[in-house]
Amino acid sequence: MVSPSHPRQDHATLAEKFNRDEARVDWHDKTLWFIREKRDRAARTLPEWEDLREAASQIKNRVLDNLRDYLLQFEAQAQRNGVTVHWAANAEEHNQIVHRIIQQAGVTNIVKSKSMLTEECHLNDYLQEKGITVVDTDLGERIVQLAGESPSHIVLPCIHWKKEEIGELFHKHLGTPAGNADPKFLTGAAREHLRQRFMTSRVAITGVNFAVAETGEVVVCTNEGNADLGVQLADVHIACMGIEKIIPERKDLGIFLRLLARSATGQPVTTYSSHFRRPRVGQTMHIVLVDNGRSARLQEESFRNALKCIRCGACMNTCPVYRRSGGHSYHYAIAGPIGAILAPALDMKQHADLPFASTLCGSCTHVCPVKINIHEQLYDWRQVLARQGYVGGVKKLGLMGMAAVLARPRIYRWSGALGRWFMKHMPALVNNRLNPWYKQREMPAVPRQSFQEWYRQNRQQHGQQR
Amino acid sequence: MRSTPTSQALPSTPHTATVDELTTRFETTLTGIGGNVVRVFSWHEIMEYIRGTFTSAQRIISAVPALDLPAAVTPADPHSFEDVDLVVLEPYFGVAENGAAWLTDSRMPDRALPFIAQHIALVLRVQDLVPTMQEAYARIGSEQYELGTFIAGPSKTADIEQSLVLGAHGPKSMTVFLLQLS
Repeated sequence: MVSPSHPRQDHATLAEKFNRDEARVDWHDKTLWFIREKRDRAARTLPEWEDLREAASQIKNRVLDNLRDYLLQFEAQAQRNGVTVHWAANAEEHNQIVHRIIQQAGVTNIVKSKSMLTEECHLNDYLQEKGITVVDTDLGERIVQLAGESPSHIVLPCIHWKKEEIGELFHKHLGTPAGNADPKFLTGAAREHLRQRFMTSRVAITGVNFAVAETGEVVVCTNEGNADLGVQLADVHIACMGIEKIIPERKDLGIFLRLLARSATGQPVTTYSSHFRRPRVGQTMHIVLVDNGRSARLQEESFRNALKCIRCGACMNTCPVYRRSGGHSYHYAIAGPIGAILAPALDMKQHADLPFASTLCGSCTHVCPVKINIHEQLYDWRQVLARQGYVGGVKKLGLMGMAAVLARPRIYRWSGALGRWFMKHMPALVNNRLNPWYKQREMPAVPRQSFQEWYRQNRQQHGQQR
Repeated sequence: MRSTPTSQALPSTPHTATVDELTTRFETTLTGIGGNVVRVFSWHEIMEYIRGTFTSAQRIISAVPALDLPAAVTPADPHSFEDVDLVVLEPYFGVAENGAAWLTDSRMPDRALPFIAQHIALVLRVQDLVPTMQEAYARIGSEQYELGTFIAGPSKTADIEQSLVLGAHGPKSMTVFLLQLS
C-alpha cells in the first residue's frame, strides 16, 4: 500500500516499472480503450448527451457557488430523517469519527463498499492499527485488498490484474483449487466468502455518489449490490462523503444518473442506484461530511471546478498516459488526469510530478460528464508548481535552455542544423540511454533540410512560376 | 462564498413515446444488460411461468397480492432471508432507457429482500413505463420513502479481466414480467 510517510518514487519511475512487461501494458491499454469505446456508444444513443453534460456542469457550478448553504440544508434534512451528521475538517478527524462509531457499536469486524474518500483518508490502515478488520466488499477492491495493494482505478480497482494471478491469490486466501482462473468460478468463490462477512458484520460503511440537499438522502450506485447487502444486514450504516458530493434537488439525479454509468463503463445505468433517506427500524445511520482541503480549493479560481467531479473514471479510460502507465504510477488514491489535478492541491510537494504525467491532449476534458477543464488545469498546475519551486533541476534547466533558443531565431536555425548534422553523422550521440526522449521511442529520420529552408526554396520556385 | 447567477438550462426534454415503443425499448435494454423480460397478459401466466421456471426454489417470498405465493412474515431479522431463493416484488414503474425499475421500502416486505435473495422477479404493468430518468424523477416527486432504489438487472461484476459475471453478491437473475391486462 502506498503510504504518505514512505519515501516514494515519482510517476515516471513507476510508469517505467509498469512498462517492463510490454504484453501487460498492451492489454491494459486496449482494455481501457475498449471501455472508452463503450462509453462513446452509450453517449451516442442519447441525442441530448451534450445538453445533459451542460446541465450537469451548471448544477455542479451552482453547488460550488452555494456549497455552504446546501450543506447546511442537507444537514438539517438528514437530521430530520433521523440520521446523525458528523463534520470532519480533515482525514484524521474523519478516521477518528468512524472509529468512534465502530467502537460504540462494540465490534471489530466491519464491511465497507467502495468509497474513494476512505481511500483518500487511508481509513483502512487507520482502523487496522486500532484492531478493526475492514473487509472491502466490492470484488475488485477485495482482490487488491487481499493482495495488500490499493485500487489502481476508481471504477475498476483491479484492472491491472490478470485472471491467472487472481486465481492464485484466491487459492492462497480463499482455498480455491490451484490453477483455476475462470472468472465465473472465482466470482462464485468470492460470493460465498463475502456472504459470510455480510451475514456477520454489524457495521457497514458505504461511500456516497450523490447527497441531495433538498431531501437529506444519499445515493449509492453499485453493480454488485454490495453496498445494499452490507447496509441492510447491519445495525449501523456509516456513509462517508466529501462535501462536494452535494446536489441541490432530487430531480437533479435524473441528469446525473443518466450520465454516470454511461460515462464510467458504457452501461445505461448501474444495477443498483439506492437512495438512503432513513435508517431501517432498529438501525442507526451516520453521515460523515469531510472537507480535507476542499473548502481551501474552493477559493482557488483556477482549480475549484475540479470539485465538480462525480468519479466516473472516463478521463482515466481515455488518457493515453494512464492507459500506458497504470494507476499505481500516480501514487494517489485517485489516479489518472483527475487525480493529477486533485492530488497536488492536497500536498503540492508529494504530488508535484503528477501534472506532468500528461500530454495535454485534452481527451479527458472532452469526455468529462461535468465538463471539468482537466487538461487546462494540468497546464495551470505546472505553472504553479514551477513558481513554487517544485520542478526538478534538469527539467527546469532544459526548459530554460529551450526558451533561450526559441527566443533567438539565429541560434534556433543554427542549433537545428547542428542537430540534424549530429543525428545523421553521429546517431549514437542521441540514440542512447542518457537521452530521455529515446526511451521506448525510435528517433525520427533526419530530414535533409529544415522546414524554413524548404519553404524558402519552394516559395521562390512557386513565385517564379507565377 | 460567491453567488453567481448561473443559468438554469435543465434540459426539460419532454420525451414522448407510445406504450409499445416504451415496452420494446425497455425489453431491449434490460435484456442487453443481463435481465430477462417476459411479456404476459394475465396474472395466471405469471404463476405458470414461476412454477415452470423456478422449479428448484425452496423458499419463495412474494409481495404481490395478486399472485398466489407466500408472503413474508414481518418484522423479521433480515438475516433470516438468507435462504430465500426467489423474491417477487411489484415496482412502481420502469424506465425504458435503462431497464431500471423503481422500488421503495413500502413495496419491500423487508429492505434486505431485493438484495439477499438468489433470484428476483418483478411485475411491471406496461402502462407504468417512463422514457428516461428525468420522467422517472418527475414521477417520484417528493415521495417520502425511507429507502428507494432503481434496480436494473441481476447483481453483476466484471472486475476479473472485464468478463461479465452475473450474481456478484445479490440475485443471480432478474426476471421482469411486463404485464398487459386486456
